[in-house]
Amino acid sequence: MHKEFLMGNEAIALGALAAGVDAASGYPGTPSTEILETIAKKNPGDVYVEWSVNEKAGLEMAAGASLAGARSLVTMKQVGLNVASDPLMSLEYIGVKGGMVIVVADDPGPISSQTEQDTRTFGMYSKLPVFDPSSVHEAYEMIQEAFDFSEKYHTPVFFRPTTRVDHGYESIDVKEPSEYYQTKPEGFVKDASKWVIFPRLSVKNHALIEKRNADLTKVFSEYKRNFVKKGIGNRKKAIATHGINYEYTLDAIGDSEVPDILRVATPFPFPEELAVEFLKDKEEVLCIEELDPVIERNLIFICGKYGLNVKIRGKLTGHVKPSGENSVDSVKEDIAKFLGTGAASDEARRDDPPELAVRPPVLCAGCPHRASFYAVKQAMKGRKTIYCGDIGCYTLGNAHPLDMTDTCLCMGAGINMAQGLNRMEPDTKAFAFVGDSTFFASGITGTINAFYNQADMTLVVLDNSTTAMTGHQPHPGTGHTLMGDVVDKVSIEKILRAIGLTTVETVDPLDFDTAVETVKRVADEPGIKAIIFKSPCIVKFKPKSGQSHIDPEKCIGCKRCINELGCPALIFKGGKASIDETLCTGCTLCEQICPVQAISGGGHNE
Amino acid sequence: MSKSIILCGVGGQGTILASKLIAAAAMKRGMHVETAETIGMAQRGGSVFSHVKIGDGINGPLIGKGQADLIIAFEPGEAVRQLPFLKKDGAVVVSRRPVEPVSAMIGIAEYNDQAQIDYLKKEVANLTVIETDEALEKIGNSKVLNVLLLGAAVRSGELGLETDDIETAIHDRLPEKLWEVNERALNYGN
Repeated sequence: MHKEFLMGNEAIALGALAAGVDAASGYPGTPSTEILETIAKKNPGDVYVEWSVNEKAGLEMAAGASLAGARSLVTMKQVGLNVASDPLMSLEYIGVKGGMVIVVADDPGPISSQTEQDTRTFGMYSKLPVFDPSSVHEAYEMIQEAFDFSEKYHTPVFFRPTTRVDHGYESIDVKEPSEYYQTKPEGFVKDASKWVIFPRLSVKNHALIEKRNADLTKVFSEYKRNFVKKGIGNRKKAIATHGINYEYTLDAIGDSEVPDILRVATPFPFPEELAVEFLKDKEEVLCIEELDPVIERNLIFICGKYGLNVKIRGKLTGHVKPSGENSVDSVKEDIAKFLGTGAASDEARRDDPPELAVRPPVLCAGCPHRASFYAVKQAMKGRKTIYCGDIGCYTLGNAHPLDMTDTCLCMGAGINMAQGLNRMEPDTKAFAFVGDSTFFASGITGTINAFYNQADMTLVVLDNSTTAMTGHQPHPGTGHTLMGDVVDKVSIEKILRAIGLTTVETVDPLDFDTAVETVKRVADEPGIKAIIFKSPCIVKFKPKSGQSHIDPEKCIGCKRCINELGCPALIFKGGKASIDETLCTGCTLCEQICPVQAISGGGHNE
Repeated sequence: MSKSIILCGVGGQGTILASKLIAAAAMKRGMHVETAETIGMAQRGGSVFSHVKIGDGINGPLIGKGQADLIIAFEPGEAVRQLPFLKKDGAVVVSRRPVEPVSAMIGIAEYNDQAQIDYLKKEVANLTVIETDEALEKIGNSKVLNVLLLGAAVRSGELGLETDDIETAIHDRLPEKLWEVNERALNYGN
């Protein structure tokens, strides 16, 4: 054992390595991404690890490894679970051989996601046991136990940290590599009655799953991470909580008058016997939860089942807010109200602050997506258009002044949404923007659908040669893998041509006039056609070009560069535009649109 | 003893490295450390913060309103944004150099950095305003804002760590060629 200062996701990765994981896969997604990156970085040498093309592929790869008797891990964010749910629902019916943990990082808030879905609820639906850690050090230990449970009960299990655990850091004790559990995978043993899903197998296994989960309520009641923390005094009021909310609760309660706390680490199957024991001398219980009222519903159910006369409070009764992220402060207030101790806020009294602009994220200075969006905007000026966006850095293309995203739903959705919009409004030029990683993840089937069904639209692939938003993971178009292998690149252009598209133009968006001219020409062709705007992400591939400078003598202060582009490197001082040299990458987009050629010095990134 | 510290700024300014240096320095002294960071979309030029707790009796990394001993702000407006978290007699160390939001630049929002500094002067007794442009020019390196602020944080008396602790962390975490310039930033104004 030794001490390390680790991010929650790093702790989860080291925990999986300590549990002897043999194969790991996943698709990047905040807040889950660092888990797989850490496994790759700390790979003792015998772990197979891959960035999969999407979550479904990743889950299927991990399932295959498990059927060979190996321990496997697959990681994703909560919306990624929707993509992986098809194989997952069936996998639960056939079960696994080697321990298989599905890490799904939930994102209350949501801080960087589309939805506030709760993987604890998905656990109930899909019948998989769920592990819900409260802290970085607990995540490290709990994932090792999750592998043991999975292997013992032949079921994949969910491990669902939330953002504050994933991205929290803590100094914790970790094992030396010599202490890691060593697996001895038996290999796949052919048995069609076991591994081939048919209705007969499903009905048999469904009964077994229900029995197992009923038994697990007792097993989990004994599991040390489900517990009642005894309070001080004989209180009739108590609290039930989970995850990071347990830490908030401990922070909120004082030293005297402390209620009992039920901490639930396995929301499914619910530790029923433990809960009955907890409830029997209580009058009122407040459930402090994020996302769905899972504990609350279970306690209500248990009160009904066992005839317990306990009032269960929480999201369903309006005692805790129904959505959004909880905080130290919101939990403190909820508990103070519940206990009737009066909300003693620590906040100091101060005057109201001066007006302060919100600071939303923006496309980086020099980001080629800015040029791509602006080229389409200029080319389509005065035309009736609709712009369907996608999930990635380019979602930021919705911000003013670009204002180039009219719809955004989920990864890959823009392509067929553009198709549907155009079907109902044929006089509207429909565009779908998709990134390179997103195209591989879920854009290809959509493109085939659009081509097959004779869509009239323009597909714009924003190819920056990386998965930028989540921190630059490789993908099939980059030519290297997470294992460090150099492999053949998959060509987006060749895929589009193989589908049957006849117009596929690849353009550098920073060659602005050519970009605008290309959009004008391509958009008016019939059917589905594609433009690939190819220019590397400036954060990953730092350009060696010079920086742009504005000649104050020439600048007429028209603010065209600032108002049209919204580049964070462009500032307005003393009636003139100027450039923040700590940010400028020399992309030259502003140089190309300045009406008086006052900007120069940048250089194309060759 | 425990200390609760908030670091805040604009994505890309180096708040995460500064919080890691504090964590490393505290761990070296055998203290327990928990931190929470903004990661993901907000890193693209949005408002970012780190919560850092060092010492005993810590329940999770997040800090409630009115509980921070110290705010280390890389930008005036971001200091004001986090001020509700500062305890009544807590300290603020703030870089004077504003980063104007794009929304203000294109005229759809207001940003007056002097008003932010004036407000801090009125509301915070233990306030250190770092004249960043001048300091970085004297130090001769534009990339040491984080360590410059950490030095002032030590001298505010609310960090719970000494200059030597941060210096050790710099030696542990940064390549040797960067030690000297960072030490100059750490001791600037001494």
